Amino acid sequence: MAGRVKLLSQAAAVSVVALLLALLGWQVAAEANVRSLADRLEAGESPEAPGFEVPLLNGEGSISLASLRGKAVVVNFWASWCEPCKEEAPRLEAAWKRYRDRGVVVLGIDAQDFRGDARGFVARYGITYPIVHDGPGATLGRYGVTGFPETWFVGRNGRLVGARIQGPVSEEELVQGIERALEATS
Amino acid sequence: MGVLALVLVGAAAASEERPTLEELERELICPTCNTTLAMSSSPIADRMRVFIRSRIAAGDTKSEIKAKLVDEFGEEVLAAPPARGFNVLAWALPMVFAAVAAIALAFLARRWRREEDEPIEPDPSTNGRAPLDPELERRLDEELARFEA
Repeated sequence: MAGRVKLLSQAAAVSVVALLLALLGWQVAAEANVRSLADRLEAGESPEAPGFEVPLLNGEGSISLASLRGKAVVVNFWASWCEPCKEEAPRLEAAWKRYRDRGVVVLGIDAQDFRGDARGFVARYGITYPIVHDGPGATLGRYGVTGFPETWFVGRNGRLVGARIQGPVSEEELVQGIERALEATS
Repeated sequence: MGVLALVLVGAAAASEERPTLEELERELICPTCNTTLAMSSSPIADRMRVFIRSRIAAGDTKSEIKAKLVDEFGEEVLAAPPARGFNVLAWALPMVFAAVAAIALAFLARRWRREEDEPIEPDPSTNGRAPLDPELERRLDEELARFEA
């Protein structure tokens, strides 16, 4: 009887350790996958852009990346408390006005932020391109975003193109990224 | 015991009705750094502290303040997950482990006590010591007999 209890206890302990190791392995594999997305882009590959559907900041429905298929998309992660985001906001707005008639969408993803603060930011900087609000920051992990601002370019074919821009995006980087996204049709 | 329970219930009710920034800082997570607000000095943590102070001043209860922050940042903002759905596991598993450990300890303690309570029959021939090797005992007897003779 005592031997059986001891054996069962040992089996339970080994099972718990195995479960924890499996969880650790899953987490490491998930992180490696996200890193490889940026790495693959830097290596000249064009991986599928991770999908998402996020509510609009103005409360009028939501936008999914899938719904923008066929357009070139500038995905810009930002937050109202982020200082460099203030610097790049006018450049993103200018790019949106210049390229929207050519099938380009600038999409701002406001993450880990208060809605009211984000709305104030949008009003202060006269932003007219669509802004979605991702309070918990669920989209950040999918793209491996490590800080704000960060900008990605999605081609017409739904694949990531160009370079991931960490920090405030310059006008030149925007033009280069948008042109490549417009060219990516297959 | 009853008085202690009353004191604890009273303190919890006071905390719910009149929360302090310090206790909420310990119960909420900074979204960008994944530590409690108390441990964070990031811009969003500072902004959340401003928000909490304003809601305390407006007379919100602790639950109301937390609900507003959950609405903004999701349930990830809570240091302790709410006890419903899959989250119930986070609350139940430690209690299950504690119960299993208590039962195992009780079982072992009972066994050890039973072993201690069992009287050890002394062997009069050895006077409580380990028995001698038979060959050595034979030689000892011979020596004693020779000495007595």
